[in-house]
Amino acid sequence: MLSGAFMVAGALLSLAAGIGVVRFPDVLSRMHAATKPQILGLLLILIGVGLRLRTGAEVATLVLVGVFQLATAPVAAQMVGRAAYRSGRHRPDLLVVDELADAAPTTPDS
Amino acid sequence: MTVVVVIVTALLSAAALLALFRIVRGPSLLDRVVATDLLLAIIVGAVGTEAAVNRHATTLPILVVLAILGFATSVVVVRFAAREDS
Repeated sequence: MLSGAFMVAGALLSLAAGIGVVRFPDVLSRMHAATKPQILGLLLILIGVGLRLRTGAEVATLVLVGVFQLATAPVAAQMVGRAAYRSGRHRPDLLVVDELADAAPTTPDS
Repeated sequence: MTVVVVIVTALLSAAALLALFRIVRGPSLLDRVVATDLLLAIIVGAVGTEAAVNRHATTLPILVVLAILGFATSVVVVRFAAREDS
């Protein structure tokens, strides 16, 4: 029953991210919405699966998936955000603070 | 458990459809990358839920592969997009 609750919570986060990705206006805010199921939703679903299976090797595999996602999702999000900012795909009127505004423009080579 | 299956399936299907909408309509390549990452996370959740409901572990390696694949593809496509925009 508890694993079911975890999985429903993870699926709810996925739905929230889907709505956010469709309704938010630019790349940066869409990225903010899309990160929810990538970290918390995935961890909740993996906890639910682990509570259902409860054997050592399976739980180790799930922990591997979770740790890998925790390590890689911020890297990918940072690269997407940097590419969006440097190529001017963000909406400057939506930013509260733009700390890179007066930085020297760098070549978008990476 | 049947109620949980129905609820989770409905929620994940709706989320996947919304992500697909953004992949199709996304004005820029970066929007599509973000939505593809989201779709991959939803797929991981769906495969994991299936493994939990049927109490088997045969699909768990798929989750590992999907996690690695999502990271690699998004990094590669974003680097390509940054190159293209310059």
